[in-house]
Amino acid sequence: MSIDRETVDHVARLARLALSDEERERLREQLSAILEHINVIAEADTSDVAASANILPMQNVMTGDRSRPSFATEELLANAPAQEDGYFRVRAVMDEE
Amino acid sequence: MAELWRLTISEASELLQRREISAVELTRAHLDRIEQVEGNVRAFVTVTEAEAIRQAEQVDQLRSEGVELGPLAGIPLAIKDVISTKGVRTTCSSRILEHYTPPYDATVMKRLREARAIMLGKTNMDEFAMGSSTENSAFFPTRNPWDLERVPGGSSGGSAAAVAAGEAMGSLGSDTGGSVRQPGALTNTVALKPTYGRVSRFGLVAFASSLDQIGPFARSARDAALLMQAIAGYDPLDSTSINAPVPNYTEALTGDVKGLRIGVPSEYFVEGTEPGVRAAVEQAIETLKSLGAEVGECSLPHTRYGVAAYYIIAPAECSANLARYDGVKYGFSSKHVSGSLIDYMSETRAEGFGPEVKRRIMLGAYALSSGYYDAYYLKAEKVRTLIKRDFDAAFDRFDALISPTSPSVAFKIGEKVADPYAMYLNDVFTIPANLAGICGLSMPGGFSDGLPVGVQLLGPSLGEPMLLRIADAFQQATDHHKQMAATPTKKKGRAR
Repeated sequence: MSIDRETVDHVARLARLALSDEERERLREQLSAILEHINVIAEADTSDVAASANILPMQNVMTGDRSRPSFATEELLANAPAQEDGYFRVRAVMDEE
Repeated sequence: MAELWRLTISEASELLQRREISAVELTRAHLDRIEQVEGNVRAFVTVTEAEAIRQAEQVDQLRSEGVELGPLAGIPLAIKDVISTKGVRTTCSSRILEHYTPPYDATVMKRLREARAIMLGKTNMDEFAMGSSTENSAFFPTRNPWDLERVPGGSSGGSAAAVAAGEAMGSLGSDTGGSVRQPGALTNTVALKPTYGRVSRFGLVAFASSLDQIGPFARSARDAALLMQAIAGYDPLDSTSINAPVPNYTEALTGDVKGLRIGVPSEYFVEGTEPGVRAAVEQAIETLKSLGAEVGECSLPHTRYGVAAYYIIAPAECSANLARYDGVKYGFSSKHVSGSLIDYMSETRAEGFGPEVKRRIMLGAYALSSGYYDAYYLKAEKVRTLIKRDFDAAFDRFDALISPTSPSVAFKIGEKVADPYAMYLNDVFTIPANLAGICGLSMPGGFSDGLPVGVQLLGPSLGEPMLLRIADAFQQATDHHKQMAATPTKKKGRAR
């Protein structure tokens, strides 16, 4: 199964990857080749088989409603590319276009 | 005492407890060894020399005060750079985390610190643990101590190479589809992937959350048991942690395999495996038979779907897990873009991730995208159930299964980089254990043209004591694991 360029562009947008033209073309070829191998999975008979998201026989895990010590703000901001007044600094989310 | 770096953990531990050597001497010997061979091997991204010596001094101080310490106290170890270490940068061998320093320790690190093990540094890996050769490191490839032209396997190639070259007595890696066992096989080390949930993943930088598991490398089964003892156990900080008592792993090493039933899955002995690998594994089976094990054939009929299911599930989970790298909270941020927040994030990710990581994110995002979810992701999750059932049936009849760890010995650097799928096939025998959540171990099984061959043992959920027992008994009858690479020395250049 081969993937077209539009699909690559769509998935790159979903994945938030600003890929170059060259990368897009290479990925189109490589993903098509990989999917060709992966498509063998369609041959598996999975009628009446439940999906396993996880192999453990566990359901929800609850933690007690208790306060616990947390990190100091400075510790968590120490790795931030940009910060201001104890906050992460980001670009405007809503532009005034 | 000459060449302390050749000792096993068990040997060194006795000498330390008898105070015939000091932790500082032992640590210094390994730092010197790193200095000697690291120019060739390049197993480490970061060496934490000063801190290692400081930790060793503390161990010696405590022992001189008569404080009783455990078997890992003063033992120098290397840690894969995907495991968070408080105050020591944790890069995942990625540009995007090149300057990231975690504010906390992973649970396994906390446990190793409590055991007073010494951390020598952080080891190189395929970027975000995606790869089978350590060539996908954004920094440099690690070389196989057995042949510097060849890869050490991956993704935990640095942790495997460090142990094989005598730069560390043991190490930790992470195994999502074989990333501990396959490099173990390629470097003649013992490498254990525990049952999913047996070792806490808290502080392990996530790749594929339903498959990832931390495991040890060592130069004997006994040493692997000692490392497992320290890191295994329930952790409330990991919601997938198994709340079951941790057995005594060294007590399980009875040296006896008489009457144990070992299955040989026919689907793991097919064309495509190198003759030298196959011969070594068949020899290992004969050895176990001669020790009294009962060997029989079995079938894991859905094996042929394993790689496909894995390369849907792992990339899907990776595309979700790696969404957190947005250039806002931590990590690399692009300087070359003007525009919206989305443009900025997309540019940051494009510049920060390497080609294999982008490939997997794209593959995963595709498999999860509208219109493909049922055909790929949901189908793969069903196949996972079938693979799990295959193993359940096999373990009704057998205590453990045996196979090659990898279809080939270490391959040449650059040999497989052009064909992503050929690289993916390195993990054909290791992937099913991750999908089924069971445990697996690779042990040195001999050599093919001078290169190590790994023998894989697979066990049921929480079957680690059985795997360690078989490996230990095998090692009492063979000396493959005692062979160490004659790594040529070359001092390292300027530290990164």
